[in-house]
This record gives sequence, structure tokens and C-alpha cells, in this order.
Amino acid sequence: MARVRFTTHLLRYFPSLPAREGLVVEGRTAAEVLDAVEAAFPGIDDYIREPSGRLRHHVNVFVDGELVRDLATLGDPVGPDTEVFVIQALSGG
Amino acid sequence: MARPDRLLLATRKGLIELRRGAGGWVVDRVDFPGLAVEYAARDPRDGSTWAAIDTGHWGAKLRMAPAGGDFVELPAPAFPEGSKTPGPPGRGQQEAKLEHIWTIAFGSEAQPGRVYLGTNPGGLFVRTEPDGPFALNRGLWDHDTREAWFGGGRDTPGIHSVLVDPRDDEAVTVGISCGGVFHSGDGGATWETRNKGQSAPFLPDPSVDAGHDPHHVVQAPSDPDVLWQQNHSGVFRSRDRGRLWEEVSSPDQGVYFGFPVAVSETDADTAWVVPAVADEQRNAVGQAIKVARTEDGGATWTLLTEGLPQAGAWDLVYRHALDLRGETLAFGSTTGNVYLSDDGGEAWQCLGNHFPPVYAVRFA
Repeated sequence: MARVRFTTHLLRYFPSLPAREGLVVEGRTAAEVLDAVEAAFPGIDDYIREPSGRLRHHVNVFVDGELVRDLATLGDPVGPDTEVFVIQALSGG
Repeated sequence: MARPDRLLLATRKGLIELRRGAGGWVVDRVDFPGLAVEYAARDPRDGSTWAAIDTGHWGAKLRMAPAGGDFVELPAPAFPEGSKTPGPPGRGQQEAKLEHIWTIAFGSEAQPGRVYLGTNPGGLFVRTEPDGPFALNRGLWDHDTREAWFGGGRDTPGIHSVLVDPRDDEAVTVGISCGGVFHSGDGGATWETRNKGQSAPFLPDPSVDAGHDPHHVVQAPSDPDVLWQQNHSGVFRSRDRGRLWEEVSSPDQGVYFGFPVAVSETDADTAWVVPAVADEQRNAVGQAIKVARTEDGGATWTLLTEGLPQAGAWDLVYRHALDLRGETLAFGSTTGNVYLSDDGGEAWQCLGNHFPPVYAVRFA
């Protein structure tokens, strides 16, 4: 099980997302975790990943405090009791 | 014809709908405050409002609100896996992914549900059925000139103009920056270039078949064989649906560079542009906002200034930020000023000076 927390910026688009307390889902990799997030909040994956499965350019995913390494397929392993954090880069304007 | 009483402003900080009230124009509704709305338009067939949103890090999104209702998100169009696009000139191919939904156009009354999306990196997406999916038009995407398309201002080429011929809804013309004008007579199955007569001085061969930069292209409803375009390199008109373009600029009056163009609904020889200084200086000519109108197919132009600031104005008007309905015109600028005329541009009133940078203005 992984607990996925999200930047509160995503509440704008998914108001019922448990951004701060986290969403608990199953998954052996970061990609599988995000698949489970999409199942719970249909449409959210398009905000996080490109249709190809690659992480969006200005989105960061941390697994237990470490940035994911596999940006193309997010195959980074996710163990039990893992904390996953989805956040965006800062921007101007 | 009744004067239009609704105006959509797609701005860098939200979608603003203005309404003509007894005492003047007022803000009637605001959607997406703080978000960049790159384009918005109301579908005349069913009153739905469509908006292209740039959420920044989270990608380009498509929203639609049924008449009088709230916006819902529709699945953003996606390029097939493995699709490639030209990037900046000489930089080779890069992965094609949706960057911007640059324009939204609607099919005819006989094609309920048909909607076109012009995007960066140069994909035309088409929905053919109400509530159906948007699919990439392969005829244009696989066009044998696409290697010669490239980005202008952005890294990748983009489709900003989609024109459905009012006499024949299988006849579709698009404008691409940079690529040029392309026409399909068979509903999008096959496409041909319509760039003869344009000039691309930013390329080694200015008369190339593809690679032109038509900033904006419009079609005359009263005579759909007549097309107008504000090009990177002047103002052009065609009398044969783009087979041959004739330059109708008037550089001495400042009518040469700019982005938007509008054509009269009743007279194909009457058109308006909002000139800017030049490619290398994109602001109002002489720090004065002027709208240029021709009533003779571009042979002569009249500069219209009544009610517009004639000093200290830095405004630039983007390609979708001028619209016309009947004798009423409206435009908005990157400086957040919006002006409207009910008499073909003779006199203008200001609808506000403190809007966000305006990307698109569309009567609704």
C-alpha cells in the first residue's frame, strides 16, 4: 500500500482529492500507483503524465522522499508503507 | 440585424463574458479565474461554450459548458503513440504531444457535433459525433510537406485558423504558423497547399510551397471564394479560395504587420486589420491604436481612430482578439484594453482598461 499525497494546486481541478492526508492505493511501481490514482479520480492522470506514460515535464513525483528516476515509464519500485508525493515545479507570471 | 449582446474574452487570467446592458457592457460571468484561457467560442448550433485552457504544468485542457450550464472537462486530444513533429528550424524531429489548443471551430448546421481543434504541434483534431472522441486528422498530419513546417514564436508549428466553407462543409481550409494555408475539398481526407503569392522572407526561398506564416486567415461569408489573411509578411487577399494570394498591404499607412483580420459578413471586399509596427517591434504603430479598414478589396485603406488612444499606447492585438458580428467589431489587447464599435469601426468605445492580457475575443 502506498499513501499518495498531492500538491494542493490539484484541488482546483479535483476538489475532493485528499491532497494533504493522502490517498491509499495499491501498486508495486510508481506507475501502478498512478494507475490506481486515476481509477479513483478519473481524468487526473492527464494532469500528471503525458499520454505516452512519461511524467509531464514540470511535474515531480517523489517516492519516500526521492525523485523518481524513470521519467519515461515511472517503473520505480514502491514498497509497502511507501509515501508518494505528487507536486509541480514552481512557475512565474 | 440585431447587434450582438454577448462577448467572450479569453484571457491569460480567465474567461470573461461581457453582456450588453442598458447602461453599457458589464461583466456577466467569469470562469477559470487565474487560469490561462487560450481560446474560447460559443457554438452557434447549440449555444455551448468551448474553452481551451492552459493549466501550465498540468497540460492543455478542453472544457465545454452546455448552454447556460457549468463547464465540464472533456478528454484532451492526444497524439498517437510514437508521433513525431518538427521542432524549431533545423532542430530535427521531436515527440509530438499536445502543447496548446490554439483554436476551436464548429462544423455546419448539417454536421451536428462536428468540432475542429487546431493545436500545437500542428495537429488538426476532429470530432464528428456529439459526445464522440476527437481524432487526429491523418491526411494533414501525414502531409508530405510537414517536414517543412516549423514553429513561429513557439517551438512547434500550430494550427490557428480553421474555415468551413458555408456552401460545402466538406471544403475546409486551415492556416498554420509556420506551414501556410492548406485546403481539403474532401472533408479532410486529402490536403493541398494554398500558398502561391505569399512571401516568406524569413526563409532562403521566400516562395516555398510550405513554410509560410499566415498569422490569421478568414473567409468571406458573402463570397466564400474570397479569403483574407494577415501574414507575417503583409496583408493578403485571395479571390479563388487561396489558389493565388495577392498582397494588399499599405506600408506607408502602417498596414503590413499584425495578427488579426476580420472580413465583413455582407461584403467580401470589406475587411479590417489592427496593424503593429513590425516583426521586430510588436506594438501599436506610433504608440497609437489604429484599426485599418478597406472597402475595396485592399486597394485602399482607411485608418480608424475615433475613440481609440492616440498616444502612449503599447497595445498589441493577437490573431484571435478581433471579432465582428454585423456592423459591430470588438478587439482586446495584450495590455488588457478592450474596445468595441457598433458602426463598422468608425467610432469606438472602451469596455475596460484593466483586463488581463487578451488572447481571444469572440461574440457569442
